[in-house]
Amino acid sequence: MNLEIANGRLLDPEHGERQATLYVADGRIAGAGVAPAGFRADRVIDAAGLVVAPGLVDIAVRLREPGLEYKATLESELEAAVAGGVTSLACPPDTDPPLDEPGLVEMLKHRARMLNLAHVFPVGALTVGLRGTALTEMGELTEAGCVAFSQADVALADTELLRRAMQYAATFGYALWLRPSDPYLGRTGVAHDGEVATRLGLAGIPAAAETIALATILALARETGVRLHVCRLSCAQSVALVREAKAQGLPVTCDVAVHHLHLCDVDIGWFDSNARVVPPFRSTRDRAALRAGVADGTIDVVCSDHAPVDDDGKQLPFAEAEPGVTGLELLLPLTLKWAAEEGVSLAQALARITAAPARLLGGTATLAVGAPADLCLFDPQAWWKVERGALRSQGKHTPFLGLEVPGRVRLTLVDGLVVHEA
Amino acid sequence: MRNPQLNAHGELTHLLTLEGLPPAVICSILDTAEPFVSIAEREVKKVPLLRGKAVFNLFFENSTRTRTTFEIAAKRLSADVINLNIGASSTSKGETLLDTVDNLVAMDADIFVVRHSQSGAPHLIAEHLLATGRSHVHVVNAGDGRHAHPTQGLLDLYTIRHYKKSFEGLTVAIVGDVLHSRVARSLIHGLTTLGTPEVRVIGPETLMPTKAEALGVRVFHDMREGLRGCDAVVMLRLQNERMNGTLLPSAGEFFKNYGLTQDKLALAKPDAIVMHPGPMNRGVEIDSPVADGERSVILPQVTFGIAVRMAVMSIIAGAR
Repeated sequence: MNLEIANGRLLDPEHGERQATLYVADGRIAGAGVAPAGFRADRVIDAAGLVVAPGLVDIAVRLREPGLEYKATLESELEAAVAGGVTSLACPPDTDPPLDEPGLVEMLKHRARMLNLAHVFPVGALTVGLRGTALTEMGELTEAGCVAFSQADVALADTELLRRAMQYAATFGYALWLRPSDPYLGRTGVAHDGEVATRLGLAGIPAAAETIALATILALARETGVRLHVCRLSCAQSVALVREAKAQGLPVTCDVAVHHLHLCDVDIGWFDSNARVVPPFRSTRDRAALRAGVADGTIDVVCSDHAPVDDDGKQLPFAEAEPGVTGLELLLPLTLKWAAEEGVSLAQALARITAAPARLLGGTATLAVGAPADLCLFDPQAWWKVERGALRSQGKHTPFLGLEVPGRVRLTLVDGLVVHEA
Repeated sequence: MRNPQLNAHGELTHLLTLEGLPPAVICSILDTAEPFVSIAEREVKKVPLLRGKAVFNLFFENSTRTRTTFEIAAKRLSADVINLNIGASSTSKGETLLDTVDNLVAMDADIFVVRHSQSGAPHLIAEHLLATGRSHVHVVNAGDGRHAHPTQGLLDLYTIRHYKKSFEGLTVAIVGDVLHSRVARSLIHGLTTLGTPEVRVIGPETLMPTKAEALGVRVFHDMREGLRGCDAVVMLRLQNERMNGTLLPSAGEFFKNYGLTQDKLALAKPDAIVMHPGPMNRGVEIDSPVADGERSVILPQVTFGIAVRMAVMSIIAGAR
């Protein structure tokens, strides 16, 4: 199918922007501005007033398969992904059972291919059962399709094992994606250790629970030379540690969940379980440091940290409620909102949710001729209200319910096929 | 943010925490409690204010004393009282908190008195009742996790006002395990709301919540310094499981530093009163001669507690 996307604002975060028509043929971008020789469009899409950008890449999306289908399924979440303009996503290994065997990874990839929506890149479990005692067969898992290895939100207590895991991964060039979390400090905690937790009588998680683990991870990465990506920074001190490591030449990358750019512990209000997330929302000072970190490039990637939770999991007292929020359909709007508030250019903002995460998956996100036609067409001026009914994801829980956000995805293309239209 | 305890008319419809309650609401509860104290001295200890109403004592955490005082208070108001110790029944069968509540609402409960080990559980119930259009059912928090114990806070305020007449110019010290104490949090909010000029908390750093100063208190680690010039001393109960481990080396060392003895009490004002929410650990946080001494108002606190709980239930039942 040949598509002509007419009069859009082409925005390639790597190659600048221009007003032009984009031509798609055989699942790839065939031309921009000038139609390729002999091109005949089967369909012309009027993209006037729309931004035409590479499809979003979200590196932290829980699809809940296998084993947790009561919370979400591949069908529901991949529909949500393309509705949010996300054309590639990575899913962490915290399923049931965890993604620690090639068969599970192959099944997941196969199921995703059958649905023909967004591309799915599984992240393998670093240790068997995520138990932190034995390494998984990283080679087999890589062959099955894993793009990296992680412990998801399970803290790794054994630093000897962590060092060996890094050495082994470095031997073969595998990437480790690790969320820094001390296994002991604040282990009973459910909220940032600050005045809000004190007022509400909630057990606290100090920032040091993240920074101590981060310092350990960075020290071992220096020694082993592993390809390291640090996940879900939540506090100012962590941003400073990564900035320092990068300045010293350590080839580390890191990300933040988009909701952490907007909320802080005060947003827990009167025990709102929609604001129960891991890592916790921290102070306004931490939030400011995260926002600045994304703007200055210390933080490379913004992700949704999408985690659908069912109503039963949230209708509980705060500490007992399951952590996690729905985010796939909010990644673009909340990134646009942050960029507008900080005076960051649209191209720079989009780079954090397209080109930078694509590199982590070993690919690119670009509008260059010859690239796969994974595209997101959105209206940056269209505001919409976040409501349960407006979300495709089976997860309906987000602290942004009721908020008006900018950025409506009108059309999503994966490999040149229209997979979402609104 | 909407205060979940007040209805559209600004009336108290649930009592969940003292935080954020207007001073006038707190004062009106204390004023309402006053005549109820004397009811206990009458031949017939009953008034018909809650006749025909059903009060469900919903205790997800064990407590004999608080449950009993709520039961007495409800009965003196002529309500029907149903006691449920859920800790041992429904939740172990897998029923959720809100399922339990829905079932009891179907049995025509008018007031839930809720005790729960998790901070925020009574808020969850109140929000659920509002969201499901049953705002005629009221919730009274009888203690949730470390968060709040508002009726205890109110009875403490009542006691202080009874003996000191007003909060103007007072210095009140709260001593011991502030970190885990819902009693301390509720009293601090109550005292600061009513304009108490100095509220102090005294204890080791391991038993202080992070940024305690943000609650509007002065933090003291030296008990003698903290007690100097106080008008009221509130001792907190130290739970057994806190005594030996990572928070404190031993009960003995705690008593040496933070136990209330006559010697230390001498540093407070000569007419200072001594309070304790009970049950007391004699020899751990308080010495027997002080607990039984003439400045102790620990038993009057219990009596006032019934009157205050009568006041709370009669006020919220009267809300539109």
